[in-house]
Amino acid sequence: MAEGAVTSPGWAFLARRRGGIRADWTDWLTYGYLVLGVVVMLAPVLWVVLSSFKSEGNLLEFPPTVLPEAATTARVVGYDRPLPLYAVTSASGVARTLAQVRRVGIEAQMVDPAHPEAGVFAVQIDSARALKHFHIGTENYSKLLASAGGTIWSSIYNTVFITVVATAITLLMNSMAAFALSKYRFRGSGVALLAILATLMVPATVVLVPIYLIVSELRLVNNLWGVILPVISTPTGVFLLRQYMLTIPDELLEAARMDHASEWRIFWRIVLPLATPALAVVAIFSIMSRWNDFLLPLVILNKPEVYTLQLALAGYSDENGIQYGMLLAMTTLTALPLALGFLFLQRYIMTGIASTGIK
Amino acid sequence: MDRGNRIVPWMFLLPNLAIITLFSLAPVLINVMYSVTGTDNLYPGERTYVGLANFATLLECGNYLEPATCSRDLFWRSVGNALLFVPTQVVVMIGMALATAIALNRDIRARGFFRGIFFFPVMLSPVVVAMTWLWLLQRDGALNGILGSLGFERVTWLTDPSRAFKWSVFVTVWAHMGFYTIILLAGLQSIPADIYEAAKMDRASPWRVFTRITLPLLKPVLLVVFILAVIRSVQTFDEIYVLTGGGPGTATKMIVHYIFDTGFATMPRNYGLAAAASLMLGAVLFVFTAIQMRISRSGGANG
Repeated sequence: MAEGAVTSPGWAFLARRRGGIRADWTDWLTYGYLVLGVVVMLAPVLWVVLSSFKSEGNLLEFPPTVLPEAATTARVVGYDRPLPLYAVTSASGVARTLAQVRRVGIEAQMVDPAHPEAGVFAVQIDSARALKHFHIGTENYSKLLASAGGTIWSSIYNTVFITVVATAITLLMNSMAAFALSKYRFRGSGVALLAILATLMVPATVVLVPIYLIVSELRLVNNLWGVILPVISTPTGVFLLRQYMLTIPDELLEAARMDHASEWRIFWRIVLPLATPALAVVAIFSIMSRWNDFLLPLVILNKPEVYTLQLALAGYSDENGIQYGMLLAMTTLTALPLALGFLFLQRYIMTGIASTGIK
Repeated sequence: MDRGNRIVPWMFLLPNLAIITLFSLAPVLINVMYSVTGTDNLYPGERTYVGLANFATLLECGNYLEPATCSRDLFWRSVGNALLFVPTQVVVMIGMALATAIALNRDIRARGFFRGIFFFPVMLSPVVVAMTWLWLLQRDGALNGILGSLGFERVTWLTDPSRAFKWSVFVTVWAHMGFYTIILLAGLQSIPADIYEAAKMDRASPWRVFTRITLPLLKPVLLVVFILAVIRSVQTFDEIYVLTGGGPGTATKMIVHYIFDTGFATMPRNYGLAAAASLMLGAVLFVFTAIQMRISRSGGANG
């Protein structure tokens, strides 16, 4: 099968297999599927990122240009501003590059940049094509970061605050519970573990109204702590840490007790450092969830000054019309931290999911 | 603890137990309270007991196949949407995830790269996912640009009910498929290679290998992944809320969206109806979670 392709030197390496066996049709099917998948998974995001570097005018073009482009301009003697360049084909078929001085209806007044002294002449605009070049424009980002009294900065701050604080508390609280449930034998430990795992059955979507009541009784509506407190205990986190701590030998703890170390010191100085790999997995999942949280913040945080990035992004089109350039820049910025994290921690994250089934 | 100190473990457990009591266990009871009381007051003391009236209101229907005859037609439309959305989305997603996992489990080049590409949308927030596809699907967007260059007319992708529904399925599959792919891939990798070697000796066809070896051995993992996907699919809200706002009309409104609208977004806030709808959703999730826990315990699969 596919003999021709296999023997052609340029692509032969693709068909090479570890066992030295030649590729069969299932291999080609596999590669075809995977390459198609790369396009479908990657292209949409790449498109957003590329679009975020386009100018306002470039964004409005249809059909859209693939790469961000800007009008090519030239300085012409006798004119203050740089003039946009056009490729003009005259009726006799001669192609020239001209600079547009101004446009009146379907006619444009143009000047030859090489011979400005020849003066301005009229050109039909349908015989002229604007010259463009690849240009990465950062104005969407600068406009976004400078806009409306810096609301974007407060959204960034809010998201970072929630993510960092909630993750820190999650790690401490969950590992304390995991320590109790793995290193002590006591009446009621089974019930406690069951109670914690039972919260798996109670996702926020099911208890939205009561959570809102409790948060408002605590006077935490429109307060960042109102979206932190309800989510800091994660049953999967406790379970993961407990399973890991079970593998830490009890002899270590006994030796420390001989030396009259306090129970807290044993937890803090012995068990916690040894549980670092499990803590890392829990931290990664917590950061991912808190950065991306949407429903709970949507219910609890109703004022622009307490908006998270996700809320600001989702609500962006409501204010003063849709400014696509800034919306795209904001989408890119919101996705960037986790995308970078993924680039470096890819193996860790995927192993974590594969071995726990949690996110 | 041997030293008679029974307080210490409880001290370590205390913060966690306090939080889950306050934000998970008590809310279940409070939810029941809300579901049997009326008025738009948030504070329990100011609410009046109405018995099962909220449930009756939600379930009251002239004809269950015709949402317009129901007293809360939006609820029934969201239930109807979910009944179509959940099976479609889960089957498509698990099917694609399985195909991808099998492709990634083969002896291929650049496996890490391909795996990363299929997985990375899982890292994107639901809002980013929705914004990305809104940008592609808008009237002057990339998809219409491609259609235009092929000589077709522009299509309004999200303002037609049936197209918006299909895109809701597609976008949620696109965003979450990688998660299930990774779990299934781990399941595939735990199948001993010598079984496949033996099948090769016997010159079994790829299809036969798939149906007689891969599927049966993957069944426990597949089942867990399937139920996990159902549990998440029933609760779908974020992506679709931003992508279509539940529209056009009610074409893509899901149950959580109904709860959010009823309890928070529309005035006056009807906490009682929202809580009653939540409890029904909770009952469905309870059944699936219980099944999942049972399978994980007996099958030894992850979950």
